[in-house]
Amino acid sequence: MPQFELQDFAPQLIWLTISFVALYFIMARVALPRIATVIEERRDRIASDLDQAEQLKQKTDAAIAAYEEALATARAKALGIAQETREALAAEVDAEKARAEKQIAEKTAEAEKRIAESKSDALTHINEVAGEVAGAIIKELIDAKASKSEVNQAVSKALVN
Amino acid sequence: MPNPMLQFEIKRFVKLDLFGLDASFTNSSLFMVIAVFLISLLTIWGMRGRALVPTRMQSVAEISYEFVANMVRDNVGSAGQKYFPFVFSLFMFVLFTNMLGMMPYSFTVTSHIIVTFALAAIVFIGVTIIGFAKHGLGFLKILVPSGVPAMLLPMLVVIELISYFTRPLSLSVRLFANMMAGHAMLKVFGAFVVGLGLIGGWAPLAFMVAFTGLEILVAFLQAYVFAILSCIYLNDALHMHH
Amino acid sequence: MEPEAAKFIGAGIASIALVGAGIGIGMIFSAYLTGALRNPSAAPGQFANLLLGFALAEATGLFGLVIALIILFVF
Repeated sequence: MPQFELQDFAPQLIWLTISFVALYFIMARVALPRIATVIEERRDRIASDLDQAEQLKQKTDAAIAAYEEALATARAKALGIAQETREALAAEVDAEKARAEKQIAEKTAEAEKRIAESKSDALTHINEVAGEVAGAIIKELIDAKASKSEVNQAVSKALVN
Repeated sequence: MPNPMLQFEIKRFVKLDLFGLDASFTNSSLFMVIAVFLISLLTIWGMRGRALVPTRMQSVAEISYEFVANMVRDNVGSAGQKYFPFVFSLFMFVLFTNMLGMMPYSFTVTSHIIVTFALAAIVFIGVTIIGFAKHGLGFLKILVPSGVPAMLLPMLVVIELISYFTRPLSLSVRLFANMMAGHAMLKVFGAFVVGLGLIGGWAPLAFMVAFTGLEILVAFLQAYVFAILSCIYLNDALHMHH
Repeated sequence: MEPEAAKFIGAGIASIALVGAGIGIGMIFSAYLTGALRNPSAAPGQFANLLLGFALAEATGLFGLVIALIILFVF
């Protein structure tokens, strides 16, 4: 069994010492510090990137808040303007309406007056006509001569009734 | 049937002599050097971009780093950070030598008991020195379990002593036996494929494919277990939980 | 008895250690699955312990295998 050949022990031990010591010093002096720095740098970079992202997020939040505020102000202003316009328009409409109503009322009053005039006119004329008609009827029917004032009196009495 | 142990043979490529010791450059040495080269390639060349968004190679290097760093943090705590480069080297060395062994015609460095025992001995001796340096002679209390009747104590101390000194043995034999048994088994079934030929060789071949997958899992698992047990021993020495 | 035959018998007996490893690994995975099905959310956290237990149980069996190999090839 080659593992128990005593004369093979020395070269293996010597070369193991050489290679392992070399490996240890290469690792401890060169390779591992380098890997450690790279990993450390990456960790720092990630941390700083996270920080930066956090800051940017805060900035974004602030910008969003400012925007929201501006939007709210603008909306309030717009609402005010709309309200004012609406009120102004309403006032104008009211005034116009009032004017028109007044005009209509005037015209109505005038028309009513005229109607009343024509009515009273007509009524007086009716008395006259009725008196004449009654006089004519009396004359024709009973051939009696009734004085004009008598007839008129009777007619107006009848009309009132 | 070819000897399944033949694959573990040490072949000397260049005969060298170091103060009377045989320091020949062997196939085992070659794969150790390849492993060190590949680990350095991954962790240095792979990280050359130092990119914020890692490339594939850089990702692998960073994942291995994080993996071992988490292992040390979870098992040893902040006091273990000093030993992180050692645990990382240990893990990567065992992992890469195991994985290189999975390639056909390659040599598995960790299938030799002397290599795994040397690695385990480094851990064992290092941990013992750290324990004594940190706690002085109080480190011997690690052998005395708390809350046991005084009558049982001598026996338990002996058991603890034995279990403490078998740590490097179990650590090294686990890795060595796993790697050796797996490769020997693959070799045996490979011989079956050749022996049964085109007609009957498919069944062992299918088994070999599945078993190679399992062996890759074992190669990773053993590196992980080796590293995590080193962490646990280190934690014992640093904090003396008992 | 031939010493060669005794070696093979001894190696075979030493391999019986793997029975224990098989039982141990089976128990570890069965216990893990039982626990994982009762509380699936806690299962991933115990995966490392599962692998550790698996490796520890397997190792004890492999000690027997190593003994078998030593008997076969060293003596």
